[in-house]
Amino acid sequence: MDRVTSEMPSEGAVRSDGVALEVADVVKRFGPALPWLRRRGRSVTAVDHVSFTVRRGEIFGILGPNGSGKSTLIRLLSTLLIPDSGEIRAFGIDVVRQPTRVKRSINRVSVEAAFFKKLSPMENLLFAARVYGLEGRAARAAIRRILDDLGIDGKAVTAPMEEMSRGMQQKVAIARAFLTSPALLLLDEPTTGLDPRAKHDVQAFVRETRRLHDVTVVLTTHDMTEAEQLCDRVAIFDRGRIVALDTPEGLRRAASERVGRPATLEDVFLSLTGRRLEDEEEVVEG
Amino acid sequence: MTLAQHELRAMYGFLERNLNLVKRYWGWEVVWIAYSVANSIAVVLVARSANAAAGTEAFDEAAVERLVLFLSVGAVVWHYVSVVFGTVAQMVALERWEGTIEYTFMAPVRRITHLVGTSLFAIVYALVHTAVILAVIVAVFGIDVGRADFGAAAAVMVAGSLSLIGIGMMGAVLPLLYPERGEQMAWVIQAALLLVSGVYALPEHMPEPLRTLADFSPVTYLLAAMRDAVLDGAGVADIWPTAAGLFAAGLGLIPAGVWVFTQGERYAKRSGRLKRSG
Repeated sequence: MDRVTSEMPSEGAVRSDGVALEVADVVKRFGPALPWLRRRGRSVTAVDHVSFTVRRGEIFGILGPNGSGKSTLIRLLSTLLIPDSGEIRAFGIDVVRQPTRVKRSINRVSVEAAFFKKLSPMENLLFAARVYGLEGRAARAAIRRILDDLGIDGKAVTAPMEEMSRGMQQKVAIARAFLTSPALLLLDEPTTGLDPRAKHDVQAFVRETRRLHDVTVVLTTHDMTEAEQLCDRVAIFDRGRIVALDTPEGLRRAASERVGRPATLEDVFLSLTGRRLEDEEEVVEG
Repeated sequence: MTLAQHELRAMYGFLERNLNLVKRYWGWEVVWIAYSVANSIAVVLVARSANAAAGTEAFDEAAVERLVLFLSVGAVVWHYVSVVFGTVAQMVALERWEGTIEYTFMAPVRRITHLVGTSLFAIVYALVHTAVILAVIVAVFGIDVGRADFGAAAAVMVAGSLSLIGIGMMGAVLPLLYPERGEQMAWVIQAALLLVSGVYALPEHMPEPLRTLADFSPVTYLLAAMRDAVLDGAGVADIWPTAAGLFAAGLGLIPAGVWVFTQGERYAKRSGRLKRSG
């Protein structure tokens, strides 16, 4: 099993060949704005000296319970948060120093399908297309094609989003992400709360997209089956730290040796942290 | 695609999205227009009842008509000012309420493009709203605007809009930094502008602290020049020093607004406040 410290690049290094994402010793804490309150320990370390790299074309899973810091990590990668220390590079570009360049090559699907609910999928996606610099006519054609691929057509394309089921809204969120042809796709628990059918559709679309396009995926989940089925490698995330990183098979094999029987990913998590995936509560940011 | 094309498309995207929202929330728009019209008419009716309210016949018909026009300009201009300022200042609050803030802020768009695109919508939206209110007031009160110089009025309105946009951008940072209370803080700025800028009273007749504050409000000069143009027929040649001053203030306030907003955004990204819920 790879221990993540071995993946940490040397300071100041820029690795772009075959590497989509480099996260080097990143720390993010949340707490009071006043330094003396922070010193009194009233802060939470959401991401704690995390390092890993993701290869181009890889589906990289981050498996951890709610509140383990997965979403904070995704926000750091998305340029929505600035790390307290450490370095993040997407395709060799520093996300803090050159966020606009990074933003052009990334997109994200989060657990909540965040849309203007009164606007239709077409209106929401057209806005997304325009802020990514797409031309109107081409964008409309692309939106119809992608939505059609996801099984959204006819009146649903122009009806308000609030009239759609959550599963359908999540598909529109996926369409928004793929509309801009991201080289790095950040999926933050994209199937949480979906019914089995919608979950299956979303997972199938992710697989299909990876097969057809040159896209790298970082997927956070607390669904072990999803991690196992979709991911090339999985990082086990616990209390802001990566405690193990390997292929699902490698993680299971190592855990099997520890527990003395064939292990599941749940066993892997339990053996590494002493706790179950559903034990934790949400970390409060800000 | 050049950078300019990219930014222009993005700018248009903000304008188009907000127009789509107006279309989709048309019921609220009707209510908002009706409320604004009623509010403006109520203010102008004060002039009609000036003699009765004061218990005197001191105001002759011409004085009453002038007071009607004075208050009408105040009501109409204030509506324009409040819509432009409010739309720009509340842009973050709107995104947070809809839950889209993270997606908008991770789009590869320069913040100035985002802010200017929102401001363009604010001006278009405010002009339409204000035109409706003006039309209703003119129809209800039969106002004679024969002396008005609308060219000068338009010039000073355009010049004044720049300053409003700059102040609005500064106000927009409040909902960014204070997810729970920032929106209310922006309303306080708007209320302060209403109080000190001589919307329904001349600043020289205000108590001293307000009079001093009025000197620093661009809306004071915008209103004064508008009244000169509409009530007294002042032309472009007469009001150009005020228009030029407002224009210059706008040229300073817009970059200042963008700077304040980007500093606020950076702090929000450090402190974790750039997220959908408070």
